[in-house]
Amino acid sequence: ISRPLCATRLAYHLPCNSWNSCFCGSDLETQLAAARKKASDALPGSSWSPFEANPNLPPERADIVIVGGGVVGWSIAYWLKQKERVREGVRVLVVEKDLTYSQASTVLSAGGIRQQFSLPENIHLSLASAHFMRNINEHLGVLNEDPVDLQFNHSGYLFLATEKAAHIMEENYSTQRKAGAEVSLLSPDQLRGKFPWINTDGVALASYGLQNEGWFDPWTLLNAFRRKAISMGAIQCCGEVTDFKYTTKRILTSNGDEMDLRRIKSVKVQLPGSLQYQPVECAIVVNAAGASSARLTEMLGVGYGGDAAGTQLPVEPRKRYVYVVHCPDGPGLDTPFVIDYSGVYFRREGLGGNYIAGTSPEEGEEPDASNLEVDHQFFEDKVWPSLAHRVPAFEKLKVTSAWAGFYDYNTFDQNAIIGTHPLVTNMYFATGFSGHGLQHAPAAGRSVAELILDGNFTTLDLSGLDFRRILAREPMLERNIV
Amino acid sequence: MSAAFMSLRRCCQRSALLAVAKRPWSSSPAPSPPLHTRFLLFLAQRFYDVEMLLSWGHRQKRMAIHRRNAYYGYTKNLYGADIAAAFYVLSLKGGFRYVGQSEWFRADRRGKFNWDFLNHKDTLLEEVNMSHTVINSGGLGNLEGQTSLRTLSLRGCPEVDDWFLAGLHVFQDSLKELDISHCPRITVGGLAALRNLKGLRRLDVSSLPKVSSPGLVVLLLEEMLPQCQIVATGYDHSLGQFGGGEVEGQREVREATDCVRKEGVL
Repeated sequence: ISRPLCATRLAYHLPCNSWNSCFCGSDLETQLAAARKKASDALPGSSWSPFEANPNLPPERADIVIVGGGVVGWSIAYWLKQKERVREGVRVLVVEKDLTYSQASTVLSAGGIRQQFSLPENIHLSLASAHFMRNINEHLGVLNEDPVDLQFNHSGYLFLATEKAAHIMEENYSTQRKAGAEVSLLSPDQLRGKFPWINTDGVALASYGLQNEGWFDPWTLLNAFRRKAISMGAIQCCGEVTDFKYTTKRILTSNGDEMDLRRIKSVKVQLPGSLQYQPVECAIVVNAAGASSARLTEMLGVGYGGDAAGTQLPVEPRKRYVYVVHCPDGPGLDTPFVIDYSGVYFRREGLGGNYIAGTSPEEGEEPDASNLEVDHQFFEDKVWPSLAHRVPAFEKLKVTSAWAGFYDYNTFDQNAIIGTHPLVTNMYFATGFSGHGLQHAPAAGRSVAELILDGNFTTLDLSGLDFRRILAREPMLERNIV
Repeated sequence: MSAAFMSLRRCCQRSALLAVAKRPWSSSPAPSPPLHTRFLLFLAQRFYDVEMLLSWGHRQKRMAIHRRNAYYGYTKNLYGADIAAAFYVLSLKGGFRYVGQSEWFRADRRGKFNWDFLNHKDTLLEEVNMSHTVINSGGLGNLEGQTSLRTLSLRGCPEVDDWFLAGLHVFQDSLKELDISHCPRITVGGLAALRNLKGLRRLDVSSLPKVSSPGLVVLLLEEMLPQCQIVATGYDHSLGQFGGGEVEGQREVREATDCVRKEGVL
């Protein structure tokens, strides 16, 4: 006997002896709908599964895995998504171990950008990044969201040089002008005229940036890149890369040496504070891990054995302190980012008479890089005397706050390493910026994306920053490191 | 019994297929929604297409401004840099005055202008008025060779931002008067770049919406440019929520040499 159901369009044939007196109209409807859903879930082709999966796990397969979610990592993710020719052409996964960014170099940096370098590649990277930030809403604006406001202060950088270093500064000046940077040289008299609060004792020459130099908010830039990349389909994962699965091929070089060529097959991403992990099969891995980049190459087994295979990634974390001082009689709105020849730097912060100051320690006196504790004695011993000597108003100041951050310091030649490793065919490096990662991030991200998707550099030629120079022991020294 | 189970199995299979293939709202017995709701639901289903169309529209507007501020290289090659700069100013519906001349060449509201300016070859521009035009930092490149530029008025220009102000350093020797009032994109970071204009004698920074503490900023600007007269009207300096007395809403023009202040700021 069949009983038609009035609630649905079709009639179902049901044996009435099993469904007798218990149901009235609407109850029967909902329960039948639930039964229908259960039945369709149980059949193959539905997305229901009896096992609960952790939604925070990364996908099982990705085309490109970017290890490191700082400004360089997200810049690469953005440019990869920008350059893909079809929608969802590349699946990009960005793995970041700490989403609060408590130890990330990006957010702890002083946020300056300058073109006053000695290496033309660095000047071009900074200039391209400045042009990117000029039109940042064109690049990183998302529909219906607030426009990006970097809070860029266009106050320029001021480098001071002694008699002995003046010729280096002049050489650098001509390199910078040739590359297109707007820089001007000042004599001590002109310096005093422009900045009356400076004490020009010992200064023979000064170099002042007129355009495209200053400082901005790094957190805003990081979030702008992240928001735009995610809106274009990049996937973010909170986890740590703990292992690689790779295949090894033994090859013979022209000298007759045997080398191990490695190819990464999958990345093991471990969730924070848990034993759960996900092996992500990938085609390309980008090492944008900043201060902890060397840990990744160690996992690959690169750096042991003889000769070229024995070259480790020469990037290590170096701790740098930043002190916030308050000086009500200090220099005014026009204070540039001043860098003294002794290495001490300071810049204005806000409008309330606050300044940010710091210096790089000597080579032999590097502080312990295992934590981010601040040494306040360092300020009194190394920073304050030079500050007070250079700007007499800084005799009376008060340290209101301080923090420490890591430089991903390239111990070989303090310049970025951008490119593949000769022995690991599918790992791309974008690390070792030694304090310039933030200001080079937009342009370096674009170059790495070109390298991955186009096969070679198209806009900027950064082949000089390849890993080969480390194997060949030919350093590309940058003379203007702060 | 077996026949009953067969029919139950058949109905479950059929309902399973339908449950998977069914459209969400077509099985409801309610009458179909009105046209505008159906249209919005149609658009909501095509989210990425709508997003693409809207961003395309925004990009077209930006490209149009970019094209208007393009480099007038062709005019420069044919007529020289000064005529090119003059032509650029007139094309953007601005006005200018040559060095040594007293008449102004302007474009009217519809963009029509007198071509007599071509008669004065190789004469630099002395005063340029680009108020309420779409000039941006790219367009500033067209005015770069004007070493005698004395007055620049950029009142109410929507595309003038901090990067534009940083680019004004090319006029550092000659520029005496600058008017950047009512520009919606200027902030304190750009005002700091004005320190390079050492010849500046008059600066108008009235009604800049993005400057958050205008009183303090004007004081700092005066300290930065001691020989410059700063005009900053249109700001409300009242203390409001702090319960202090109401103060004058208007700031008056002050002479840099005059130490006595004429407003009622607490």
